[in-house]
Amino acid sequence: MAKVKGAIVVDTVKCKGCGVCVVACPTQVIDLAKEVNGKGYHYAYMENPDACTGCSSCSIVCPDGVITVYRVKVEN
Amino acid sequence: MDIKDIIKPENLVYKKTELMTDNVLSYCPGCGHGTAHRIAMEVIEEMGLTEDTIGVAPVGCSVLAYDFMNIDMQQASHGRAPAVATGIIRTWPDKIVFTYQGDGDLAAIGTAETIHACNRGENIVIIFVNNGIYGMTGGQMAPTTLPNMKSSTSPFGRDVETMGAPLKMTELVALLPGTNFVTRHAVHSPGHVRKAKKALRKAFQNVKDKKGTQLIEIVSNCNSGWKMTPVDSNEWMVENMFPFYPLGDIKVDGKIVKELH
Repeated sequence: MAKVKGAIVVDTVKCKGCGVCVVACPTQVIDLAKEVNGKGYHYAYMENPDACTGCSSCSIVCPDGVITVYRVKVEN
Repeated sequence: MDIKDIIKPENLVYKKTELMTDNVLSYCPGCGHGTAHRIAMEVIEEMGLTEDTIGVAPVGCSVLAYDFMNIDMQQASHGRAPAVATGIIRTWPDKIVFTYQGDGDLAAIGTAETIHACNRGENIVIIFVNNGIYGMTGGQMAPTTLPNMKSSTSPFGRDVETMGAPLKMTELVALLPGTNFVTRHAVHSPGHVRKAKKALRKAFQNVKDKKGTQLIEIVSNCNSGWKMTPVDSNEWMVENMFPFYPLGDIKVDGKIVKELH
Protein backbone atom coordinates (compact mmCIF):
# COMPACT_ATOMS: atom_id res chain seq x y z
CA MET A 1 0.00 0.00 0.00
CA ALA A 2 1.25 3.39 -0.87
CA LYS A 3 2.00 5.53 2.13
CA VAL A 4 1.85 9.28 2.14
CA LYS A 5 4.68 11.31 3.60
CA GLY A 6 4.56 15.01 4.08
CA ALA A 7 6.70 17.90 5.20
CA ILE A 8 6.12 21.55 5.99
CA VAL A 9 8.32 24.59 5.58
CA VAL A 10 7.63 27.42 7.99
CA ASP A 11 8.68 30.95 7.16
CA THR A 12 10.28 31.44 10.57
CA VAL A 13 10.87 35.16 10.00
CA LYS A 14 7.15 35.87 9.55
CA CYS A 15 5.72 33.24 11.93
CA LYS A 16 4.09 34.88 14.95
CA GLY A 17 4.01 31.74 17.09
CA CYS A 18 0.27 31.84 17.75
CA GLY A 19 0.10 28.05 18.05
CA VAL A 20 -3.11 27.64 16.05
CA CYS A 21 -1.32 25.15 13.75
CA VAL A 22 -0.13 23.11 16.75
CA VAL A 23 -3.74 22.48 17.76
CA ALA A 24 -4.92 21.96 14.17
CA CYS A 25 -2.36 19.24 13.33
CA PRO A 26 -4.10 15.84 13.49
CA THR A 27 -0.82 13.94 13.94
CA GLN A 28 0.89 16.24 16.48
CA VAL A 29 3.79 17.08 14.20
CA ILE A 30 4.16 20.75 15.01
CA ASP A 31 5.43 22.45 18.14
CA LEU A 32 6.69 25.91 18.99
CA ALA A 33 10.46 26.33 19.10
CA LYS A 34 12.35 27.29 22.26
CA GLU A 35 14.28 29.81 20.19
CA VAL A 36 12.68 33.03 19.01
CA ASN A 37 12.75 34.81 15.68
CA GLY A 38 13.69 38.43 15.02
CA LYS A 39 10.41 39.68 16.48
CA GLY A 40 10.66 37.55 19.60
CA TYR A 41 8.06 34.97 18.64
CA HIS A 42 8.51 31.25 19.30
CA TYR A 43 8.08 30.11 15.73
CA ALA A 44 6.48 26.80 14.69
CA TYR A 45 8.62 23.88 13.52
CA MET A 46 8.30 20.15 12.84
CA GLU A 47 8.92 18.49 16.20
CA ASN A 48 7.89 15.07 14.93
CA PRO A 49 8.53 15.12 11.14
CA ASP A 50 7.99 11.37 10.62
CA ALA A 51 4.28 11.65 11.47
CA CYS A 52 3.52 14.37 8.90
CA THR A 53 1.07 13.27 6.22
CA GLY A 54 0.99 16.56 4.30
CA CYS A 55 -2.71 17.08 5.00
CA SER A 56 -2.25 20.90 4.95
CA SER A 57 -4.53 21.44 7.97
CA CYS A 58 -1.83 23.64 9.54
CA SER A 59 -1.39 25.82 6.47
CA ILE A 60 -5.15 26.26 6.03
CA VAL A 61 -5.59 27.68 9.54
CA CYS A 62 -2.33 29.66 9.63
CA PRO A 63 -3.49 33.28 9.89
CA ASP A 64 -0.24 34.59 8.46
CA GLY A 65 0.05 32.04 5.64
CA VAL A 66 3.63 31.16 6.53
CA ILE A 67 3.34 27.38 6.10
CA THR A 68 4.09 25.66 2.80
CA VAL A 69 3.18 21.98 2.53
CA TYR A 70 4.78 19.22 0.46
CA ARG A 71 3.52 15.68 0.06
CA VAL A 72 4.83 12.58 -1.66
CA LYS A 73 3.53 9.03 -2.10
CA VAL A 74 5.96 6.35 -0.94
CA GLU A 75 5.61 2.90 -2.53
CA ASN A 76 6.41 0.09 -0.11
CA MET B 1 12.67 9.14 3.50
CA ASP B 2 14.61 12.31 4.09
CA ILE B 3 12.76 15.59 4.43
CA LYS B 4 14.92 17.06 1.69
CA ASP B 5 13.48 14.48 -0.72
CA ILE B 6 9.95 15.57 0.14
CA ILE B 7 10.51 19.31 -0.10
CA LYS B 8 10.65 19.63 -3.86
CA PRO B 9 8.57 21.84 -6.16
CA GLU B 10 6.82 18.85 -7.76
CA ASN B 11 5.52 17.70 -4.34
CA LEU B 12 4.03 21.06 -3.41
CA VAL B 13 0.43 20.77 -2.19
CA TYR B 14 -0.20 24.09 -0.49
CA LYS B 15 1.39 27.49 -0.47
CA LYS B 16 0.18 31.00 0.21
CA THR B 17 -1.71 32.41 -2.76
CA GLU B 18 -0.02 34.95 -5.02
CA LEU B 19 -2.91 37.32 -4.35
CA MET B 20 -1.66 37.89 -0.83
CA THR B 21 1.34 40.23 -0.83
CA ASP B 22 4.55 39.38 1.00
CA ASN B 23 3.98 42.14 3.54
CA VAL B 24 3.89 40.93 7.13
CA LEU B 25 0.25 41.13 8.31
CA SER B 26 -0.35 43.87 10.86
CA TYR B 27 -2.66 41.62 12.89
CA CYS B 28 -1.95 40.15 16.32
CA PRO B 29 -0.72 36.53 16.39
CA GLY B 30 -3.61 34.12 15.88
CA CYS B 31 -6.09 36.71 14.60
CA GLY B 32 -8.74 35.32 12.27
CA HIS B 33 -8.39 38.29 9.91
CA GLY B 34 -5.33 36.76 8.23
CA THR B 35 -7.15 33.52 7.46
CA ALA B 36 -10.23 35.40 6.23
CA HIS B 37 -8.05 37.54 3.91
CA ARG B 38 -6.33 34.48 2.53
CA ILE B 39 -9.43 32.40 1.80
CA ALA B 40 -11.07 35.37 0.09
CA MET B 41 -8.02 35.81 -2.12
CA GLU B 42 -7.82 32.05 -2.81
CA VAL B 43 -11.43 32.03 -3.98
CA ILE B 44 -10.82 35.00 -6.30
CA GLU B 45 -7.70 33.38 -7.72
CA GLU B 46 -9.33 29.97 -8.20
CA MET B 47 -12.35 31.51 -9.92
CA GLY B 48 -10.10 33.51 -12.27
CA LEU B 49 -11.58 36.84 -11.15
CA THR B 50 -8.29 38.52 -10.25
CA GLU B 51 -8.51 41.25 -12.87
CA ASP B 52 -12.23 41.89 -12.51
CA THR B 53 -12.42 42.15 -8.73
CA ILE B 54 -12.36 45.38 -6.75
CA GLY B 55 -12.21 45.24 -2.96
CA VAL B 56 -13.20 47.95 -0.54
CA ALA B 57 -11.17 48.16 2.66
CA PRO B 58 -12.80 49.40 5.88
CA VAL B 59 -11.57 51.26 8.94
CA GLY B 60 -10.59 49.16 11.92
CA CYS B 61 -8.02 46.43 12.39
CA SER B 62 -8.30 45.54 8.70
CA VAL B 63 -7.77 49.15 7.56
CA LEU B 64 -4.57 48.08 5.81
CA ALA B 65 -6.29 45.26 3.89
CA TYR B 66 -5.22 46.96 0.64
CA ASP B 67 -1.59 46.39 1.66
CA PHE B 68 -2.14 42.65 1.94
CA MET B 69 -4.59 41.89 -0.86
CA ASN B 70 -2.79 42.00 -4.17
CA ILE B 71 -5.82 43.12 -6.20
CA ASP B 72 -7.49 46.45 -6.98
CA MET B 73 -8.61 48.00 -3.71
CA GLN B 74 -10.30 51.17 -2.54
CA GLN B 75 -10.26 52.55 0.98
CA ALA B 76 -13.56 53.79 2.41
CA SER B 77 -14.35 56.06 5.34
CA HIS B 78 -15.38 54.41 8.58
CA GLY B 79 -18.47 52.27 7.94
CA ARG B 80 -19.02 53.58 4.41
CA ALA B 81 -17.62 50.60 2.52
CA PRO B 82 -21.04 49.39 1.22
CA ALA B 83 -21.76 52.94 -0.04
CA VAL B 84 -18.40 53.11 -1.83
CA ALA B 85 -18.99 49.61 -3.21
CA THR B 86 -22.41 50.76 -4.47
CA GLY B 87 -20.70 53.54 -6.41
CA ILE B 88 -18.16 51.17 -7.92
CA ILE B 89 -20.67 48.50 -8.96
CA ARG B 90 -23.02 51.07 -10.49
CA THR B 91 -20.17 52.60 -12.47
CA TRP B 92 -18.82 49.21 -13.56
CA PRO B 93 -21.71 46.73 -13.39
CA ASP B 94 -19.56 43.97 -14.86
CA LYS B 95 -16.93 44.08 -12.12
CA ILE B 96 -16.98 41.90 -9.02
CA VAL B 97 -17.03 44.14 -5.95
CA PHE B 98 -16.61 43.08 -2.35
CA THR B 99 -16.25 44.87 0.96
CA TYR B 100 -14.28 43.55 3.89
CA GLN B 101 -15.51 44.92 7.21
CA GLY B 102 -15.25 44.33 10.92
CA ASP B 103 -18.08 44.54 13.41
CA GLY B 104 -17.23 48.04 14.64
CA ASP B 105 -17.29 49.23 11.04
CA LEU B 106 -20.28 47.31 9.67
CA ALA B 107 -22.51 47.01 12.75
CA ALA B 108 -21.85 50.33 14.49
CA ILE B 109 -20.94 53.40 12.47
CA GLY B 110 -21.86 51.76 9.16
CA THR B 111 -25.24 50.32 10.14
CA ALA B 112 -27.17 52.67 7.86
CA GLU B 113 -24.92 52.06 4.85
CA THR B 114 -25.01 48.30 5.38
CA ILE B 115 -28.77 48.05 5.80
CA HIS B 116 -29.54 50.31 2.86
CA ALA B 117 -27.04 48.64 0.53
CA CYS B 118 -28.58 45.27 1.45
CA ASN B 119 -32.10 46.64 1.09
CA ARG B 120 -31.30 47.99 -2.38
CA GLY B 121 -29.88 44.60 -3.24
CA GLU B 122 -26.59 45.97 -4.56
CA ASN B 123 -24.72 43.25 -6.40
CA ILE B 124 -21.79 43.04 -3.95
CA VAL B 125 -20.21 40.59 -1.52
CA ILE B 126 -19.93 41.85 2.06
CA ILE B 127 -17.41 39.96 4.18
CA PHE B 128 -18.21 40.72 7.81
CA VAL B 129 -15.63 39.69 10.40
CA ASN B 130 -17.26 39.69 13.85
CA ASN B 131 -15.10 39.43 16.94
CA GLY B 132 -17.48 41.14 19.35
CA ILE B 133 -15.15 43.98 20.25
CA TYR B 134 -13.39 47.07 18.91
CA GLY B 135 -9.99 45.42 18.51
CA MET B 136 -7.90 48.18 16.98
CA THR B 137 -8.70 50.94 19.46
CA GLY B 138 -8.13 48.87 22.59
CA GLY B 139 -10.93 46.39 23.15
CA GLN B 140 -13.90 48.68 23.75
CA MET B 141 -17.47 47.39 23.79
CA ALA B 142 -18.99 47.03 20.31
CA PRO B 143 -22.67 46.58 19.37
CA THR B 144 -21.86 42.89 18.91
CA THR B 145 -20.31 42.38 22.38
CA LEU B 146 -22.01 39.48 24.16
CA PRO B 147 -24.18 40.03 27.28
CA ASN B 148 -21.99 40.07 30.42
CA MET B 149 -18.82 40.06 28.29
CA LYS B 150 -16.05 42.19 29.74
CA SER B 151 -14.39 44.83 27.62
CA SER B 152 -12.36 47.93 28.43
CA THR B 153 -15.50 50.10 28.45
CA SER B 154 -17.68 47.48 30.17
CA PRO B 155 -15.25 46.20 32.85
CA PHE B 156 -18.05 44.58 34.85
CA GLY B 157 -19.54 42.92 31.78
CA ARG B 158 -22.09 44.21 29.30
CA ASP B 159 -25.25 45.02 31.21
CA VAL B 160 -28.11 44.51 28.76
CA GLU B 161 -30.42 46.74 30.86
CA THR B 162 -28.32 49.86 30.34
CA MET B 163 -26.11 49.04 27.34
CA GLY B 164 -28.60 47.27 25.12
CA ALA B 165 -28.52 43.78 23.69
CA PRO B 166 -26.00 42.63 21.08
CA LEU B 167 -26.93 43.38 17.49
CA LYS B 168 -27.27 40.39 15.17
CA MET B 169 -26.63 42.19 11.91
CA THR B 170 -26.57 39.03 9.84
CA GLU B 171 -30.06 37.92 10.93
CA LEU B 172 -31.24 41.51 10.50
CA VAL B 173 -30.15 41.88 6.87
CA ALA B 174 -31.45 38.37 6.04
CA LEU B 175 -34.95 39.78 6.47
CA LEU B 176 -34.38 42.39 3.76
CA PRO B 177 -35.62 41.51 0.27
CA GLY B 178 -32.38 42.62 -1.45
CA THR B 179 -30.13 40.00 0.12
CA ASN B 180 -29.64 36.75 -1.74
CA PHE B 181 -27.19 34.70 0.31
CA VAL B 182 -26.60 35.30 4.02
CA THR B 183 -24.51 32.92 6.05
CA ARG B 184 -22.29 32.71 9.11
CA HIS B 185 -18.99 30.86 9.39
CA ALA B 186 -15.76 30.68 11.40
CA VAL B 187 -12.08 30.23 10.57
CA HIS B 188 -10.54 28.75 13.72
CA SER B 189 -10.17 25.13 12.57
CA PRO B 190 -9.37 23.47 9.21
CA GLY B 191 -12.93 22.19 8.76
CA HIS B 192 -14.47 25.57 9.44
CA VAL B 193 -12.01 27.30 7.09
CA ARG B 194 -13.00 24.91 4.29
CA LYS B 195 -16.71 25.59 4.89
CA ALA B 196 -16.15 29.34 4.98
CA LYS B 197 -14.21 29.15 1.74
CA LYS B 198 -17.00 27.19 0.10
CA ALA B 199 -19.49 29.85 1.20
CA LEU B 200 -17.26 32.61 -0.18
CA ARG B 201 -17.01 30.81 -3.49
CA LYS B 202 -20.80 30.56 -3.65
CA ALA B 203 -21.12 34.25 -2.81
CA PHE B 204 -18.68 35.34 -5.53
CA GLN B 205 -20.43 33.05 -8.03
CA ASN B 206 -23.80 34.60 -7.10
CA VAL B 207 -22.40 38.09 -7.64
CA LYS B 208 -21.02 36.98 -10.98
CA ASP B 209 -24.54 35.80 -11.83
CA LYS B 210 -25.91 39.18 -10.62
CA LYS B 211 -28.15 37.73 -7.93
CA GLY B 212 -27.95 40.52 -5.34
CA THR B 213 -26.25 41.23 -2.04
CA GLN B 214 -24.24 38.45 -0.42
CA LEU B 215 -23.28 38.72 3.24
CA ILE B 216 -20.79 36.29 4.76
CA GLU B 217 -20.25 36.74 8.48
CA ILE B 218 -17.08 35.23 9.89
CA VAL B 219 -17.14 34.87 13.66
CA SER B 220 -13.56 35.49 14.71
CA ASN B 221 -11.45 35.89 17.80
CA CYS B 222 -9.68 38.91 19.28
CA ASN B 223 -7.12 37.44 21.60
CA SER B 224 -5.58 40.83 22.48
CA GLY B 225 -8.94 42.42 23.22
CA TRP B 226 -10.21 39.41 25.10
CA LYS B 227 -6.87 39.14 26.99
CA MET B 228 -6.27 35.48 26.12
CA THR B 229 -3.78 33.39 24.21
CA PRO B 230 -4.75 32.70 20.58
CA VAL B 231 -5.65 29.06 21.26
CA ASP B 232 -7.63 29.93 24.42
CA SER B 233 -9.49 32.67 22.58
CA ASN B 234 -10.55 30.19 19.90
CA GLU B 235 -11.87 27.86 22.62
CA TRP B 236 -13.64 30.77 24.33
CA MET B 237 -15.17 31.70 20.98
CA VAL B 238 -16.53 28.18 20.47
CA GLU B 239 -18.00 28.10 24.00
CA ASN B 240 -19.43 31.60 24.17
CA MET B 241 -19.72 33.22 20.73
CA PHE B 242 -21.18 30.25 18.82
CA PRO B 243 -24.25 29.75 21.07
CA PHE B 244 -25.18 33.39 20.48
CA TYR B 245 -23.99 33.59 16.87
CA PRO B 246 -24.83 30.09 15.57
CA LEU B 247 -22.96 29.05 12.43
CA GLY B 248 -24.71 28.05 9.24
CA ASP B 249 -26.73 29.40 6.34
CA ILE B 250 -29.48 31.88 7.16
CA LYS B 251 -30.68 32.76 3.67
CA VAL B 252 -29.94 30.83 0.49
CA ASP B 253 -31.06 31.93 -2.98
CA GLY B 254 -33.30 34.61 -1.50
CA LYS B 255 -35.15 32.21 0.83
CA ILE B 256 -34.70 32.20 4.60
CA VAL B 257 -33.68 28.67 5.56
CA LYS B 258 -33.38 29.16 9.30
CA GLU B 259 -35.87 30.03 11.97
CA LEU B 260 -35.12 33.57 13.10
CA HIS B 261 -35.80 34.70 16.66
